[in-house]
Amino acid sequence: MNPILTELAPLFPEIFVLAMACAILLIDLSLSQERRHVSFGLALLTLAGAAALTLSDHSGAARSVFHGMFLDDLMSDVLKLGIYALTFTVFVYSRAYLAARGMYRGEYFVLGLFGVLGMMVMASAGHLLVLYLGLELLSLSLYAMVAFQRDSYPATEAAMKYFVLGALASGMLLYGMSMLYGVTGSLDIAAVRQAVTGVSAANNVVLIFGLVFVLVGLAFKLGAVPFHMWIPDVYHGAPTSVTLYIATAPKLAAFAMVLRLLVGGLQDLAVAWQDMLIIMAILSMAVGNVIAIAQTNLKRMLAYSAISHMGFFLLGILSAGANGYGSALFYILVYAVMSLGAFGMVLLLSRAGHEAEQLDDFRGLNQRSPWYAFLMLLLMFSMAGVPPTAGFYAKLAVIQSVVQVDLVWLAAVAVLFSVIGAFYYLRVVKLMYFDAPADTNAIQSGLDMRALLTVNALALVAVTPWLGAFLDLCSRAILTLA
Amino acid sequence: MIEFAVSMWNALPLWLQLGLLNLGKVVLIVAPLLLAVAYLPYAERKIIGYMQVRIGPNRVGPRGWLQPIADALKLLFKEIILPTKANKFLFVLAPVLAVAPALVAWAVVPFTDELVLADIDASLLFILAVTSMGVYGVVVAGWASNSKYAFLGAMRSTAQIVSYEIAMGFALVGVLMAAGSLNLREIVLHQQGGIHEWYIWPLFPLFFVYFVSGVAETNRSPFDVAEGESEIVAGFHVEYSGMAFAVFFLAEYANMILIAALTVLLFCGGWLSPLAGLIDPAMLRLPVIGALLDSGLHWLLVKLSFFLLLFLWFRATFPRYRYDQIMRLGWKVLIPITLVWIAVMGGAMFFTPWGHVFH
Amino acid sequence: MDFTQLIFYFFAAVLVFAAAMVITIRNPVKAALFLVLAFFSAACLWMLLQAEFLAIALVLVYVGAVMVLFLFVVMMLDINLLRLREGFGEYLPIGGIVAVLMVLEMAIILGPARFGLEKVPAPADHPAGYSNTRELGRLLYTDYAYPFEIAAVVLLVAIVAAIALTMRKRPETKYQDPAQQVRVQRNERLKIVKMEPSPKPPQGKRR
Repeated sequence: MNPILTELAPLFPEIFVLAMACAILLIDLSLSQERRHVSFGLALLTLAGAAALTLSDHSGAARSVFHGMFLDDLMSDVLKLGIYALTFTVFVYSRAYLAARGMYRGEYFVLGLFGVLGMMVMASAGHLLVLYLGLELLSLSLYAMVAFQRDSYPATEAAMKYFVLGALASGMLLYGMSMLYGVTGSLDIAAVRQAVTGVSAANNVVLIFGLVFVLVGLAFKLGAVPFHMWIPDVYHGAPTSVTLYIATAPKLAAFAMVLRLLVGGLQDLAVAWQDMLIIMAILSMAVGNVIAIAQTNLKRMLAYSAISHMGFFLLGILSAGANGYGSALFYILVYAVMSLGAFGMVLLLSRAGHEAEQLDDFRGLNQRSPWYAFLMLLLMFSMAGVPPTAGFYAKLAVIQSVVQVDLVWLAAVAVLFSVIGAFYYLRVVKLMYFDAPADTNAIQSGLDMRALLTVNALALVAVTPWLGAFLDLCSRAILTLA
Repeated sequence: MIEFAVSMWNALPLWLQLGLLNLGKVVLIVAPLLLAVAYLPYAERKIIGYMQVRIGPNRVGPRGWLQPIADALKLLFKEIILPTKANKFLFVLAPVLAVAPALVAWAVVPFTDELVLADIDASLLFILAVTSMGVYGVVVAGWASNSKYAFLGAMRSTAQIVSYEIAMGFALVGVLMAAGSLNLREIVLHQQGGIHEWYIWPLFPLFFVYFVSGVAETNRSPFDVAEGESEIVAGFHVEYSGMAFAVFFLAEYANMILIAALTVLLFCGGWLSPLAGLIDPAMLRLPVIGALLDSGLHWLLVKLSFFLLLFLWFRATFPRYRYDQIMRLGWKVLIPITLVWIAVMGGAMFFTPWGHVFH
Repeated sequence: MDFTQLIFYFFAAVLVFAAAMVITIRNPVKAALFLVLAFFSAACLWMLLQAEFLAIALVLVYVGAVMVLFLFVVMMLDINLLRLREGFGEYLPIGGIVAVLMVLEMAIILGPARFGLEKVPAPADHPAGYSNTRELGRLLYTDYAYPFEIAAVVLLVAIVAAIALTMRKRPETKYQDPAQQVRVQRNERLKIVKMEPSPKPPQGKRR
């Protein structure tokens, strides 16, 4: 093979996604609305093809291309595969929803694919500049997708808020990065790490200052309290299919960003960021879980639940050890699958002219469809952390990692909040099984969605026998960094 | 007397000497330019007149030669009327904003191999940047006039200039790909060796796009919707009178000359003689004919005049474009042409053995 | 103070003044024009740093294109300034405190104690034939090719998003279809009605 091509081999998945996104953009121009499913199918094929490319190139050894700007290690592979799978499912779930609301257009899937590209870039970024550009690529696609339903007032408002706060967060992140650059003299993450070890005490203050700004930016993107304000409004205002997208795959990219920055670059400042993360984690768990109780809108409730889950996720990070990072990766993967299923249920019950986003829409679901009520029960149990679901093991893993670094009090706080949180998840179950249905329409959605949703929810339980293997994979994935 | 002047000169501090020297050069460039700007409208009226089987201005001076002077005097003595509720400061500033870029850009234009005020490294970019600021004169004039017609004209003009600037920039990308330099002098020197070496041949689509965009950038007919007297009276300068109007007028014609000069420099070999590489070098040593045939400022002026003639010719022959047609031409015709040609050039230069065609 | 310093302080002063005017002046159009001035002064400062390509690019992109479109929009918007200023006094104290705090912190952290002139080595002077543009181009297309391409994709996404969000058929807007207009036939617009010549008034005796 051509030497340039060999050099670029780790980048093939990215190049493939980009090329396909551009191709779909052009092909879609010549399609009539009846044949729009061609774009849809091509988008799915792109994701499948990218997965095949990522798998085929998987050698296990960490490689870097472009002077260390692009890293290809096990973590990036795992995250990318997760991103493909989640986005694939997101597209399948949203097809009927989009078609019923006039959003079934080629640009929607193209923007989704560009978002995937941004996440892929973030997952294997080895350079602050690349990390930031990947983040902007993702964010820009998301802003546009939130605003996609132009005539919807809440969606436009949500997009505006998302855009303004997102830009602010990017500014914070960049400002922090510039200070890191000022001290270390490099934007390359590996070089930053080396420079940080030898930094003088005087410059250490600047470094901490930069770290604070970077953390604020990260917390904005993750949606950790006190930088969570945008999450409920955006989750609520955006079209549900977009909420589904925002709530799943980008979380994996955010994980990559946190790990590359805090662990890959600033591991030596762990003492400093640990304390800040503890505050954010406790606040996130408290605010998320308590306010979620007061919600009557399921999308809003799930938004606050997302905030609280970010708190749990941060527990894994802040324990600042290989074990903690591994469990955080496991947690974020499980959370993404749960969130996918939960918002998928909202899409399942929605139909043309009706958004099944109120808690009341789930009233008496058992009488309308016992099977979907059961799946929702599994999802809610998993979110609440009831054994034997994967959600339980994920919580267990992060709490364990906190205990291991002698933060037992923090573990106790986490358990307390997860008990509080269980209340509102179980309330959904109560509504489904013990109340009379308010809405008696039959559930109308395609076979593909029903099948995938079933797999999605059942996976949370069926995965139990292989949990050990998954946890092992996660802890191996972060080894190149930790 | 001369000794006294020399001693006075030497008594001056160095920075003042440098400043005065440069000021002198600036005057040497600007004075002929302003003279040309004054006589270009006269030429326009005459040429269009002949094209339309009329005579044109023939009353002031012999054959109308003094017409520009008369016009200038008339405008000079007219009152500058400030419209009610207009923004006084911006209203006066606008003509200055329009004319300054048109004059500043000449700082980097090479007239011959040695004759250039500032031979800077990125002179092509400099010109692009400076001319892109000319639009502020139009926008500010339209807004500060506090008049609907002026405002509409400014809006049209802004949209048009911003759109065509992209096509123009892309056309220049092709030139700098071929020349491998952003310096205008080097770009011209790359076209040495006779008329067949000029970039107009290999880059013909880009030349076409550049010149059409140039006509649109200067708001000249057939793209003069910013003035569009049949719809919006006179567009952005409808409220201007007297000298303020004259300055806008000046800016338009100075821009025309600038665009023509750039076309010559970028695509038609600048000051180079079309025969340079083709005729026997012995002929160049002949007393008068040799000097004429050899490269020099006169060739630049001849070519420049030809392109100025094209400007006038267009005005005499083409009907005005409709506004949406202008936009469509810019975005859907000219920009794709440039993109395709840049791709063709890049492909040919790097993947085929015919890359030398473009070098 | 040599000449370069004089130029530096002049442009720096203009820059600070223009930037302050951008956020304090009431008229949005004037604010946009002051922003143009600020960009221009910044470009001149970059020129002093021998970064002529960046300086020209700043003028070309921001002054020549972005701000023109900005002005375009600002001029067409009818912004109600009174409503915009509502609650200004209410937020002023807290905003002021935050701003003062930020400035103080930045002064402490980024002050001369850490980033003073003597702490940072002066950059080496460039050789005579040094071309800033060429060097930037070389870096962008070699070392930074990857981020450069991603930036290009970001721009592409911006285009796609802008078109996807704004290009839509609104039922209430009436569109012209020039092709349809050109293809119009005479008989679609003009109806020739044959009419009998009006009957002559009865030839009666006039009274």
